[in-house]
Amino acid sequence: MSTVVDTGQKLRRPRASGPAQGGSPLVWFVALIVVAATLGPVMYAVLGGFRTNAQLAESPAALPNPWVLDNYQRVLTDPTFWRYALNSTVIAGITTLIAVVFGLMAAYPLARYRFRWREPLYMVFVLGLLFPATVAIIPLFVIITGQLHLGNTWWGVALPQAAFALPVTIIILRPFLMAIPNELEEAAFIDGASRIQVFWRIIVPLSGPAVVTVGVLAFVASWNAYLLPLLLLQGDMRTLPLGVADFSSQYSSDTAGVFAFTTLAMIPALIFFLAMQKRIVNGLQGAVKG
Amino acid sequence: MTVSADSREASSSATGGADRAPARSALRGRRPGGRSASLRVALEVAFFVGPALVLFSVFVVWPIIRAVQFSLYRWKGFGPLVDFVGLRNYVSVLTNDVFIGAFTHNMVIVVLSLLIQLPVGLAIALLLNRRMRGQGLLRTIIFVPYVLSEVIAGVVWFQLLQPEYGVIDTLLGAVGISGPEQGWLGTPDVALYTVFVVLTWKYLGLAVLLFLAGLQGVPDELIEAAEIDGASWWQIQRRVTVPLLGPTLRTWGFLSLIGSIQLFDMVWILTGGGPANATTTMATFLINEGTKRYNYGIATAASVILFAVALVLAIGYQYFVLRRDVVDADAGSRRVR
Repeated sequence: MSTVVDTGQKLRRPRASGPAQGGSPLVWFVALIVVAATLGPVMYAVLGGFRTNAQLAESPAALPNPWVLDNYQRVLTDPTFWRYALNSTVIAGITTLIAVVFGLMAAYPLARYRFRWREPLYMVFVLGLLFPATVAIIPLFVIITGQLHLGNTWWGVALPQAAFALPVTIIILRPFLMAIPNELEEAAFIDGASRIQVFWRIIVPLSGPAVVTVGVLAFVASWNAYLLPLLLLQGDMRTLPLGVADFSSQYSSDTAGVFAFTTLAMIPALIFFLAMQKRIVNGLQGAVKG
Repeated sequence: MTVSADSREASSSATGGADRAPARSALRGRRPGGRSASLRVALEVAFFVGPALVLFSVFVVWPIIRAVQFSLYRWKGFGPLVDFVGLRNYVSVLTNDVFIGAFTHNMVIVVLSLLIQLPVGLAIALLLNRRMRGQGLLRTIIFVPYVLSEVIAGVVWFQLLQPEYGVIDTLLGAVGISGPEQGWLGTPDVALYTVFVVLTWKYLGLAVLLFLAGLQGVPDELIEAAEIDGASWWQIQRRVTVPLLGPTLRTWGFLSLIGSIQLFDMVWILTGGGPANATTTMATFLINEGTKRYNYGIATAASVILFAVALVLAIGYQYFVLRRDVVDADAGSRRVR
């Protein structure tokens, strides 16, 4: 079966699958429904932020009339919003950096060395995929707050998140590193390079695309994470998802304010993640196929 | 000569874990002294794998071991672990009606996802898999709900679903349908299904995108050949495209299964497990026990059970679906040949 697919990819030419070139009315109709159902709730939140609570209560399904900027202004001038955004950014940044650096380092010998414990060592990380963070969440809370004294800190959230991102990182990176031609390494060794130099000068630059993929996956997971921050972070240390959830339960009657807060919390991530859409899809496919 | 040995070595390493003898002898030649060379390799491996292994051990392996340990004690989160109760926590979790309900809710979400999201996602992907203007934009739009966090999606939908004042009830009211009096999330009989609808809104886009990516791998030649043979669009999808999509469908099914079993964020935001425990999941149960009641023994016993359920389902899925998938793919490619 795979051979069939391979030849297809080699002989790829402009797609012309299905007799209906372009869109038939049915296709356009389905596309329209999908777009409306997908964007409807998001647009409603964005527009709802431009309305007053009185407008929302009077006719929930109407457009802003008049448009008010007050809700967005209030959120944007609220220092706690920026504080949450900072926390989210720093935690996602640390998580990504550690997961990518440690993951790439670990994937290198697991891909390109031969030693007796290579496959068992690899399996240790692969098995990590089977353990969702939820399973370990209570002991993690106890260990991080009680023993490591990292409760309510950036590192306390970032380190376990990076650890749980390692399996996917290593599983995606290993086959990629295996595919790098051996001649490059050999040539460097002949020129007297050490292993670490080879890693730094050859492997790291060549693994760029795969590193971006695993980096985006780690960043997205951390940026959207809720459960671990919920247990570990309070007050000023909260991240945007915690801020959004708390804001919405604290000011649940201020619907317009909730919409404005939520919209502003999702926009930067939305732009970044949509730009990285292809990487995320590829990564998710690769993560399970192995 | 070296080149041929190297390329053989590279190809065998690409298949994973194969013997790499040729390169080893080459390496030995360069670095004399077998023992010091192997010690050197061990040190290098330790240098490269060490940081990841330490991080993984401290934050993944150790907490999991502790989870099993905690689950054998009655413990409130402070003081030493002394009150050993054996498997009694497990008994009390497994006989707890709330937990059994939570487990059932997880299974309902698993089954509904496979029964509804798979066919709907597949239908949308098949319809959109053609050259049409705006395809790229359409894909991006479809991906929007997936990249939002569950919290943000949940908060927005919570507002949309407000009884009476929410936009959903308003729109339904305009066409003469009145929602449940307590609201879609406040009525025990419909709350879980409402949560499922929101989950479908959030995750259907991922299914469509994965399926579209898989459809890119279906060779045009097969479809052209089928067209020349006079197959209809419907026949082509059923006999050629969908069978070849097997691996992609399996990948998605696995992601969906694992996600449904761990379901927490969306439920916590939308209902908190209520009303009257109608939407609890195993994860909300254990968080409730752990962080609100400080029953750490019960909570960790529930988490070990959650893991066991996930493991059994994952293995069963791999075993049954993987096998059927291989048979399907064989039959599919044989048929088109």
